[in-house]
Amino acid sequence: MNWYGIAAIYKFEMSRTWRTLIQSVASPVLSTSLYFIVFGAAIGSRMGDIEGVSYGAFIIPGLIMLALLGESISNAAFGIFFPKFSGTIYEVLSAPVSPFEIVAGYVGAAATKSILLGLLILATARFFVDYDILHPFWMITFLVLTAVSFSLFGFIIGIWADDFQKLQIIPLMIITPLTFLGGAFYSISMLPEFWQKVTLFNPVVYLISGFRWAFYGVADVNMGLSVGMTLLFLFLCLTTVWWIFRTGYRIKT
Amino acid sequence: MEPIISVRSLDKTYSGGFNALKSIDLDIQRGEIFALLGPNGAGKTTLISIICGIVNPGQGSVIVNGYDIQRDYRRARREIGLVPQEIATDSFESVLGAIKFSRGLFGKPPNPSYLEKILRQLSLWEKRNNKIVTLSGGMKRRLMIAKALSHEPSVLFLDEPTAGVDVELRQDMWEMVRELRESGVTVILTTHYIEEAEEMADRVGVINRGELVLVEDKKTLMQKMGEKELSLQLPMPLERIPDSLSDLPLRLNGDGSELIYRFDIKSENTGIPEFLRRLSSANIEFRDLYTRESSLEEIFVNLVHSARHEGEEQFSGEAQP
Repeated sequence: MNWYGIAAIYKFEMSRTWRTLIQSVASPVLSTSLYFIVFGAAIGSRMGDIEGVSYGAFIIPGLIMLALLGESISNAAFGIFFPKFSGTIYEVLSAPVSPFEIVAGYVGAAATKSILLGLLILATARFFVDYDILHPFWMITFLVLTAVSFSLFGFIIGIWADDFQKLQIIPLMIITPLTFLGGAFYSISMLPEFWQKVTLFNPVVYLISGFRWAFYGVADVNMGLSVGMTLLFLFLCLTTVWWIFRTGYRIKT
Repeated sequence: MEPIISVRSLDKTYSGGFNALKSIDLDIQRGEIFALLGPNGAGKTTLISIICGIVNPGQGSVIVNGYDIQRDYRRARREIGLVPQEIATDSFESVLGAIKFSRGLFGKPPNPSYLEKILRQLSLWEKRNNKIVTLSGGMKRRLMIAKALSHEPSVLFLDEPTAGVDVELRQDMWEMVRELRESGVTVILTTHYIEEAEEMADRVGVINRGELVLVEDKKTLMQKMGEKELSLQLPMPLERIPDSLSDLPLRLNGDGSELIYRFDIKSENTGIPEFLRRLSSANIEFRDLYTRESSLEEIFVNLVHSARHEGEEQFSGEAQP
């Protein structure tokens, strides 16, 4: 195992975070705070509790997931897209690092970053609303699993994208709508029955539901199913990454 | 001695169907400077990229210092440093940060004093804390070399090291390559500047249309292929070569005031004394004379040209029913 190699990529990616602190940390924290103010404090005060949880507290897990998904994807996608774009990828390809080590470096850094961000948002939420975490172990598990799976997904997008538009299009056009419609701001039991069924095809529902269960013990879907779906997504991403390196898709000719 | 790099029957066809390399066999000796020469698109970069792991090989094998580049890629790649043709750097990284990254990537533990030595050698030490974006083009190129050397490779590939580089930097680069060779590093450079190969290389390989047309010791090559010319400056221009001299390998240049006699430096009898005697009996006077050796450039152009010619003949031959 080339530990120095993994560490080099990981450190390089993390130092990119510190260099772009405002863009990568401050801006997601600010936008999440705005959600808290608008939905939690202003509108939330006029809403009733959902399954015994105040609306302000209810949206915390969803908001963290919203930031976590977006940031995991964009960090990891940009991390691998940019070396491809600028040509510096030659060095990684010519180095004695295995695909696993490359992924560990890039995805590890992207996941670390979004986990830190998730915790930061959680801490920020304290300023606006009170909340409990009933199952801290599962809260961290969901946080880590989601960060890793979606960083892998972002890595795949970064490899696939050959221009900046493609880099943005999936997070913007698919992930954001899925998150908004995945119960970040509401319980899916509030939807008409037909839409409740449709919503079950949205994978993000399982993530948010499981994560919310870790906080308050209430869930839209069975908690085991949530873990299962998250692991399934992780597995799909791993398989795709494995295939990418096996064929050299978009990285080697 | 075992060659440090051994390429056997290496073939590469890109997915678009372009056959970039055709069964290349090549041995690179330890400690030499090898120049790979060829026109644009001949396959130089493809060959290098395969050896370094950037492009997937087709058929064939490449062994670097005893390690197969596919089966034993970790150990093979540790031996190699690559300076690609295009300058590609992370603009916002510092010079020192960039070479630390490179060293780590190649699995080497930190060694600040070695990195300092390289940066000093390449006159980059003063700039170690500068962001790469602030460096001049020449400095960036030197940084690329520093990155390639950061993990102490035994083979260094320089892909077109002096393309678009000013004369001064080119001289520096040549000097540096010689120093590297003295320190025991094997250097393989690709170039389409013949003078570079002529100036630097111990051996020269010519690649054209994916085929290695020739590999030869530079001196032998220049001797073997070299022809000399004896040029005579005539005070009275000639309209044509006199009949009495028509059996000699002569030609007239320009307005007829330069008479050129071609001879082979290998042959024992160059024929020069006889030529001069016959010149005098034909009453042709000259006011100056000098000899000129054909350069690697001419040799190269001849090779590439004849290969192209053969290719065309073969093609027209195939086209016939």
